[in-house]
Amino acid sequence: MTKQFKSLLAATALGSMIAFGAQAEEPVRGGTLIHAMGQTPRHLNPAVQSGIATGAPGTQLFAAPLRYDTDWTPQPYLAESWEWGNDGLTMTLKLVKGATFHDGAPITSEDVAFSVKTVQENHPFKSMFDVVTSVDTPDAHTAVLNLSQPHPALLLAMSSQLLPIIPKHVYGDGQDVASHPQNSENVVGSGPFKLVEFNRDQNIVLERFDDFFIEGRPYLDRIVYRIIKDASSRAIGLENGELHMSTFENTVRNIERMKENADLVVTDQGYAAVGPLNWLAFNVGSEGPTSDKRVRQAIAYAIDKKFILNAIMQGISLEAKTGIHPGSPLYDGNVNGYDIDLDKANALLDEAGFPRDVNGTRFALTIDYGNPTTKPQAEFTKASLSKVGIDVTVNSFVDFPTWAQKISNHNFDMTWDTVFNWGDPVIGVHRTYSSDNIKPGVIWSNTQQYSNPKIDELMAQGAKEIDPDKRKAIYSEFQQILAEDLPVYWTNTLPYHTIYSTKVGNPPMGIWASGSPYDLVYLKE
Amino acid sequence: MAIFMTILQRLTYAALLLIAVLVLNFTMMNLAPGDVADTIAASMGGADAELMDKIRAEYGLDQPFIVQLGAYIGRVLSFDLGYSYFYNAPVTELIFERLPATLLLVIAAQVLALVIGVLLGVFSARHPNGVANYFVTLFALFGYAAPVFWTGILLLIGFSLKIPLFPVAGMSDVTIEGGFFVKALDIAHHMVLPVITLGSIFLALYSRLSRASMLEVLGSDYVRTAKAKGLSPREVTLKHALKNALPPVVTLAGLQFSAVISGAVLVETVFSWPGLGQLALTSILARDTPTILGILFFSALVVIIGNLLTDLVMRMIDPRVRGRA
Repeated sequence: MTKQFKSLLAATALGSMIAFGAQAEEPVRGGTLIHAMGQTPRHLNPAVQSGIATGAPGTQLFAAPLRYDTDWTPQPYLAESWEWGNDGLTMTLKLVKGATFHDGAPITSEDVAFSVKTVQENHPFKSMFDVVTSVDTPDAHTAVLNLSQPHPALLLAMSSQLLPIIPKHVYGDGQDVASHPQNSENVVGSGPFKLVEFNRDQNIVLERFDDFFIEGRPYLDRIVYRIIKDASSRAIGLENGELHMSTFENTVRNIERMKENADLVVTDQGYAAVGPLNWLAFNVGSEGPTSDKRVRQAIAYAIDKKFILNAIMQGISLEAKTGIHPGSPLYDGNVNGYDIDLDKANALLDEAGFPRDVNGTRFALTIDYGNPTTKPQAEFTKASLSKVGIDVTVNSFVDFPTWAQKISNHNFDMTWDTVFNWGDPVIGVHRTYSSDNIKPGVIWSNTQQYSNPKIDELMAQGAKEIDPDKRKAIYSEFQQILAEDLPVYWTNTLPYHTIYSTKVGNPPMGIWASGSPYDLVYLKE
Repeated sequence: MAIFMTILQRLTYAALLLIAVLVLNFTMMNLAPGDVADTIAASMGGADAELMDKIRAEYGLDQPFIVQLGAYIGRVLSFDLGYSYFYNAPVTELIFERLPATLLLVIAAQVLALVIGVLLGVFSARHPNGVANYFVTLFALFGYAAPVFWTGILLLIGFSLKIPLFPVAGMSDVTIEGGFFVKALDIAHHMVLPVITLGSIFLALYSRLSRASMLEVLGSDYVRTAKAKGLSPREVTLKHALKNALPPVVTLAGLQFSAVISGAVLVETVFSWPGLGQLALTSILARDTPTILGILFFSALVVIIGNLLTDLVMRMIDPRVRGRA
């Protein structure tokens, strides 16, 4: 404990030294950043493929209208200004003048309109732009998005990898953009770096785009993403200096070891918008005991969340109490967190009409888990629930498609799951609780089959409330009711960490982690 | 003439075997729960029903099994291995991108294991009671028993982290500029640890077998005769004994060829070696049926060719085999 505290202190001291150093230092031009990646992207066009694998190189290849700083404030990027109009029913973007694509063609409002349309038609997160009815292009540098209702999530949906501006003259050639050959090679982008080569399962090589629309940037000459699937190999590569940076690391053991290395900085900053949550989902719509709210609450009371946080996650992840990530401005932690209370659990189960039989057992349930890393949680759940008379069978994890097929067709009692917030509740939170989104066969829809008209109504209000304070109040109520109904029991955030060499200046600490533009990143010396 | 008959016969078997491999594996893949629409959704962090239906319809996944199987076999017979749903690329392109890397790894490991394994085997057979013999036996058992993953990580910690001699992952360093020679040297540098890791399992096997085989041959009459003629121990071992001790080793090496390929899957994952093994693993997890079947097709082909070559080598080194074509 003391040792941990000491290393924490050391890390903090180191962190502040670096922050200080970065302020004093002028960024330098040049150098090749070697960036580790844990998976091969299907291709490099984020307009038609979401996810972090495509997002990291995708945000370097394509610029979005907006970018975000570390505290959720939108900043100009390809759009130098943005303005709500007509009571939140229009959004006017003024584009930076003189910006060009990697092939030299100017970036115009036509391209913005085309990009919005492409994302609308192909991106899995339909809620981002489904209220956009049309995009007007009064002149080459002005794009006006017309909305059917106010849509505060729009700003976030226009940032990072969610709205890459893609050239209409390339991707609008009549071929299906989702399977366009130029998604993987000869990519024509709008971002700070251009594609040199993409070798699947090996590397992605990007090179500085000299005519990038921000003068003097990017600082780096090249970025090489090296695809290394094995977490231990990535750790060794960081330790021996072969790799400069790795993002989305969540192997507890490796993170602890890296923290002791003086040449490396380990931080969990930068994952607020991605918002990864671990939770125990209940099949609310089943015939079984989990359809009873009291049973779900009893299960939550019987599981010691502190054990999950301190023993399983080794204290490197945050407690989650609601469906909104604690890093989000809309998070309200003032809800029942279900601290362990076996008496309450037993009382609730008695009240729900499940007395113990002669063996002390009330009923039996099964538990699944959607990721091999959540196996300890599943086993811990079994042990915890046996104390209150629930006999749990742990179904072992075969692989993702097997699990997804089972859960998405509602053939389960309970499952551990990991789901991302993706910035705004409208994008990544509503899908889990909306009664419109009970869709068999679709994973990460409302597979719990939870339905509450009040929650549906609050989500409908929250989606269109422009006033930030009123919006926060709506989502507070939303979180309160969910914590009472408990369709899922949230336990912790996924301990995503960025590990980087002390040689790296301006590492991506914004809310999108490696899905932020790397035009500011530089290598010291 | 006999040799051509043998080859022709083998090729017929091979063709039948390949079709069986495809039908069997297609059926097995179909029995596995979940499909590529699920994994594409997973890679996207979620999807909506409309998009998933679109993917399923586009790739014919909504068709009955027998229709899918028929269409697939029909395509393969016209030399088209299909299109990868997951990677958005033709399967043949994906495989040919990686086949050289796997062949390089597998052949180098096999050669290393055979040469060193036989040398160690011969050495310990000649000194069956020496200390070195026990050392060889222990080494062999260790190499055989240690899991590939573990050996790989251990070598990485030793020779990539503690003594930074070799790179941690990949097949080449993209930041290196230079001609063919520089690039070849760079690949060789990246190859060392994976080849040792993969070779170590088989090295153990070959050294055990060649030791046993040598011991048997060294006790036979003609070796005693050779010694009685006054030949030097070295000549007796290499010219008379080894030649007769080798056939079982070569047979085993041929049979093990398929095991080396499956071992490559693990080694490629540890060392991020961009070969077929990694592609196989990714596509199985992604339920990317055309790619998996394409890989199995090529692996079967490589094993068949490997066995055929073993037969030919056997005929060269063992005159007795030539008699019974």
